Amino acid sequence: MPTSATASSSKMLTLPTDQIRQLQWRFAERYDLQMLAQSARAVARSTVAQMVASGERNSHEWTPAKNEMLEAFDRAGITAAFMEPEEGGFISGPKNLALALAAFELAWVDGGAATASLAGFLALAPIHERGTPEQSRRYKALSAPAQPGETRKPWRGAFVLTEPIPYVGVDTGMLSGKVRIAGWPDGEEPWLQVEKRGRFITNIAFANFVTAAVTSDDPRIKGSCVMILEETDEGTFDHGTPTKKLVHQLSSTGDPIFNLKVPASRIVGGYTIEDGALVPKFSHGEVIEAVFRRTRVTVGLMTAAKLLSAVEPVIRYQRSRFRGAEGAKPGTVRYEQGIQQREDALHRLVDVWATGEAAASLGFATARLFDELDPIERQKTAIMAQRGIAGGRAELKALRDSEQRAVELLTMREGDPRKEEIVADPLVQFVLKDAEANVLCPATKLWNTGNGANMMREAVSLMGGYGITEDCPGFLASKWIDAQLEATYEGPEAVQRRQLTVTMTSDVFLAQFRVWTAEMRRVAATHPGTGACTLATGMRMWLWTLEHLQNASDALGSKLYHGQRQGVTFPLADALCWLLASRCQILDVLELEQRGAYDPSVADTVVDTVQFLSDLCHVHTARAAGEVSRICAELVFGYNEHPSWSNQACTSCCFSAVELDELEETMPGIAAMAVDVIEPNGSHPQKAGPCAGCAGASDFLQLQNKLCSCLSGSRLAKDRAAEAVSKVMIPEALDYPA
Amino acid sequence: MSLHIVVCAGIVPDPLQTLEPIAGPNGPALKNEMMLPAVLDPWAASALYEAATLVSKFPGSRLWLVSLGPKAKLQQVMMTIAQKVTFELVAVDSASNGFADASATASALASGIAAIPDLDRTKLLLFGGWESASRGAGVTLQTVGELLGITDQFAGVDQIDMREDGSFEVLERVEGGKHQASVCAGAPAVLGWATGNLPEPHNNPQIGMANMRTVMPALQRAKQAALTNDGQQYLSASLPSQQRQTRVVRDLAPDAIAQELVEWIRTQ
Ligand SMILES: Cc1cc2nc3c(=O)[nH]c(=O)nc-3n(C[C@H](O)[C@H](O)[C@H](O)COP(=O)(O)OP(=O)(O)OC[C@H]3O[C@@H](n4cnc5c(N)ncnc54)[C@H](O)[C@@H]3O)c2cc1C
Repeated sequence: MPTSATASSSKMLTLPTDQIRQLQWRFAERYDLQMLAQSARAVARSTVAQMVASGERNSHEWTPAKNEMLEAFDRAGITAAFMEPEEGGFISGPKNLALALAAFELAWVDGGAATASLAGFLALAPIHERGTPEQSRRYKALSAPAQPGETRKPWRGAFVLTEPIPYVGVDTGMLSGKVRIAGWPDGEEPWLQVEKRGRFITNIAFANFVTAAVTSDDPRIKGSCVMILEETDEGTFDHGTPTKKLVHQLSSTGDPIFNLKVPASRIVGGYTIEDGALVPKFSHGEVIEAVFRRTRVTVGLMTAAKLLSAVEPVIRYQRSRFRGAEGAKPGTVRYEQGIQQREDALHRLVDVWATGEAAASLGFATARLFDELDPIERQKTAIMAQRGIAGGRAELKALRDSEQRAVELLTMREGDPRKEEIVADPLVQFVLKDAEANVLCPATKLWNTGNGANMMREAVSLMGGYGITEDCPGFLASKWIDAQLEATYEGPEAVQRRQLTVTMTSDVFLAQFRVWTAEMRRVAATHPGTGACTLATGMRMWLWTLEHLQNASDALGSKLYHGQRQGVTFPLADALCWLLASRCQILDVLELEQRGAYDPSVADTVVDTVQFLSDLCHVHTARAAGEVSRICAELVFGYNEHPSWSNQACTSCCFSAVELDELEETMPGIAAMAVDVIEPNGSHPQKAGPCAGCAGASDFLQLQNKLCSCLSGSRLAKDRAAEAVSKVMIPEALDYPA
Repeated sequence: MSLHIVVCAGIVPDPLQTLEPIAGPNGPALKNEMMLPAVLDPWAASALYEAATLVSKFPGSRLWLVSLGPKAKLQQVMMTIAQKVTFELVAVDSASNGFADASATASALASGIAAIPDLDRTKLLLFGGWESASRGAGVTLQTVGELLGITDQFAGVDQIDMREDGSFEVLERVEGGKHQASVCAGAPAVLGWATGNLPEPHNNPQIGMANMRTVMPALQRAKQAALTNDGQQYLSASLPSQQRQTRVVRDLAPDAIAQELVEWIRTQ
């Protein structure tokens, strides 16, 4: 009997079009975003691509050509994309998805170009998120690109957190940058002396201002803060030497030195005076948390773009590999299909493609989530201010009740009369979205970049030797090494795993996760070809393992799930990311199927595209489930001590040979079943010890068993996807130079 | 003096795409044409950029872009084109492609233009491409002109110089890489553009957002036009074939290479 897992062969006709992507990533109704994407694409595939092709990446220095690229960004509206229309921008409302799309388009060609465009935003982000209204007005007005008729040069900024070793890196608390009172005239604003050295600072070669994290070196200043420093302030504003980096060379990076006297009004967010001391409104930690929370998502999308950008050049290379050879005449399989005759080449490309889809879906879902969260967060801030609640801790306490209500909502039965009232509560909405964002943001940054870098290596290898040359169409080798930077800056993988360790165990998130698991089971009922069932089982396994680890201890009696125990928490965070990415990938395909049927620009062909993208989902859920199963099994069993031949356990679990002989008389055949037998001379089978039991973990093994059988059909999906990849029509040539 | 310029510009598949003629139910078509990304017809696009420059020089002038094609595809192309210059869109929804009958296309365009409110025919310059990048019949714009009763027509235009009295000088491409200069007493006139002299304007989403206020309503009210082919039949359709003859020769002296080139040129 045919099942959906063996549906008709996949026959997607062309690579996914813009219209398909707009539906999947939910911006088909947003003309502002579509225009931004087109605009960023035009700069990427002309100015940027020509620079890369002509070797502009080969210098560490900031060059006139690189500067020209920034001007092209200004002209194309990319620089102003994060500003409101009255500030010089053209998009109203939250802009997380907008920036994500711009970064995606630029990184499709070159990650450094994307970084260069985003770094200015990063410098302004502390001011945007936490600055006073005056600060926000001043620096945005200065940074806005000149309007037609203006000759003004826009200011560029840099964000200075990281310091020379041994100070700030992964651990952002170890600040050596200092701020002191330089003068405090009676009744006037204090003057501050700011000393800061930066390391690896993006945009620094040409920065006119920076936002720098510093800590107090003066009893009259409390805590830490972020300071705005301008190039013309009194003292030293040394742009420093360029970093000799091997990645993202179209962006500027260097190690600047600052020693400047500035007014206290440059403290981001302002300050109050309490007991004769200056108290910044926001610590540097509070500022950077608000900033990175949003900007990290775009970084994750940069790596996603590269994976998807690799598909077309690899297909073209594979197909044309033997053309021109004597035996390969047009019409022959060798001529038409080239390396695509080989199953492995197709399967590996399917893996790269599926990863790119999952990464893009996860990243765009997170960007959209922040667009939803932004206004709700403002509403929450207003409510808190109304209630006179200020400060992180007081706020957390005040939200505890809303968290409980959120969990209640998530576990509520259909038709519960309280539902409407709880849904309408803005604080409940806030904690729901906040808990989700606290997980999805680090997941995007961690998984897209880290796993993305690994998969970029696969993409490079599909091009053979060509892949690791400068001539490789699509610049795949650069994209591979660039992905390593994306995994590093704005918080390396360790930072993201550390954050997930905390946020993925929040009650609200876990309640949400249970709802998602049930949702995937429902999807599986209507769309078995997506692998949603496999995913749901993987999700259950992850949750089971988390709960198990939170209560279990290791062989030495030490607690397993613990902030310091990164060997437990970090892999579990990794496992979760696989699941989240797969879920978003499936949801995007469902959206495409639903909306595409009514969209005249795709209606004719959407069925085939959905079939192919579903197959990619299936391929990916199988891979995700495999990762989860591997990681969880290691964590569940790996902290138990293996029984040894010598310890006590041995006498209770092993048979002696004599004992077996006796038993054989009453239970014929038992001797053949026993594996761990001790001979009269004390010798035993040559292995580590008697086989370990699975007491307490049989539920896990059952789940693992189920997971294995859930994989049914996933390889058939891969075969189908591979067939589609071997037939899909691609353009004659890449639309950017190589 | 002010001008009313109407630019007729269709859409064509992005030239980098694989274009493969196939036999469709209504005559020839391109394989997967609906899925191929489209661009504004490049010849007509130069007409649009020239028109925008001209309009900006004469205050009170207006610019309409009249485009006939599948509405969904037109919308996609507008996301780029509307960022380049300011115009008012008149969209005609039709399943048109490179094989549509030029005469049917021209009459649909002419009715679209005739229905533009506020269009002053005494100020009208009808712009477009001298041919299309899809098939290159090179007759559509002339026919639209005839249907609208405009008989001063120029083809292969690379330059227009407007004078204060409303007359203008036009440079048209002629054989041998030369231009023919003509002076026209004034509007109305038809100008089928070659490449012109202007670069493609940069995308500017701010212009795009301003244009969208009229572009989206125009797309929504786009009239449907079914193009008849009046018994026109295609016997075959194929792409122009690419020719590449390569010979690998090592260590040839520059003089010998030059000599060979000269001989080749002589035989052409
Ligand atoms: C090209 C480039 C551009 C950059 N741009 C900027 C910028 O504009 N502004 C800015 O402020 N910074 C910038 N950075 C700095 C970047 O953010 C830091 O490099 C990054 O945060 C890591 O710090 P580190 O290099 O000191 O690594 P370290 O802190 O030394 O960490 C190295 C490794 O040690 C391990 N590790 C460290 N701590 C922990 C822990 N607690 N738990 C587990 N493992 C741990 C991890 O494996 C980690 O990857 C940039 C860097 C580069 C390369």
